[in-house]
Amino acid sequence: MDELDRAIINSLQEGFPICASPYKQVAETLNISEQALIKRLQTLLDNGILSRFGPMFHAEHMGGALTLAAVKAPEDSYETIAEIINAFPEVAHNYAREHALNMWFVLATETPEQIQQVISQIEAQTELTVYNMPKIQEYFVGLKLEA
Amino acid sequence: MIEAIDLQLIVAVQQGLPIASRPYALIAEQLDLDEAEVIERLSKLKQQGLIKRLGVIVKHRRLGYQSNAMVVFNIPDALVKQMGQQISQFQFINLCYQRPRHGEQWPYNLFCMIHGKSREKVLQQLSYLIANCALEDYAHDILFSRRCFKQRGALYFPLTTITA
Repeated sequence: MDELDRAIINSLQEGFPICASPYKQVAETLNISEQALIKRLQTLLDNGILSRFGPMFHAEHMGGALTLAAVKAPEDSYETIAEIINAFPEVAHNYAREHALNMWFVLATETPEQIQQVISQIEAQTELTVYNMPKIQEYFVGLKLEA
Repeated sequence: MIEAIDLQLIVAVQQGLPIASRPYALIAEQLDLDEAEVIERLSKLKQQGLIKRLGVIVKHRRLGYQSNAMVVFNIPDALVKQMGQQISQFQFINLCYQRPRHGEQWPYNLFCMIHGKSREKVLQQLSYLIANCALEDYAHDILFSRRCFKQRGALYFPLTTITA
């Protein structure tokens, strides 16, 4: 990854135009050709530095629901618990974290009612209490990381 | 309700935009629409907030952000909004939410994320945050991630990608 790749990532984290020739428009701000931008972007996606390129939807506006949840997984069954939880298609992210609540995952469902259903299923299959922590208020979402 | 054509459009773009000179024309062709209509409809979805953002999602670890910390505080309810807004001003804060407490097991109600290149750096940023927002009196904790088991766009509608 070189300086130009970094500039491309930083620019495209800010957004992407909706117009007939959006790559051309972005390329001009970076002083490169449209073809060069397209090629670089494809490479960054192919080698996994970027996980996606496209729209991020607003779950609740789409009628769906999201929540953050955590469990206290015993160390000796940690891997099994992770496998059970990750097998749910509604689990979008799952992180091991350093705390008594040591596994944290995000659930995304098509309807708000399904959140509780999935939590109940996870509780039944893991025999653990799921701590549900849906957002009450959002103050800031700006996941931009300088490349 | 979302219009049927918009739904088709959402399904068409959820896996990502075409990487080609006229991406919206390619989507239009696929849906038997014209390019101008695709541009107009996507712009409208963005204005309405159904599309939160259009752009790239990075794999933070691949960019050298190895330390991902969830930082949590127990802030009195009457102050949480003000604190949430104040904390959100700091450049190293990536997300900030109010979430419910769970008794003694989990006394924290303000959650934020710091993605840093090292633990030391994240801990310095946390100290800076605490000093500058006068957070010394409130209980806090920092939960570094040890492992990421799963990171993908959520499957949704029938399968779209969202930020969590």
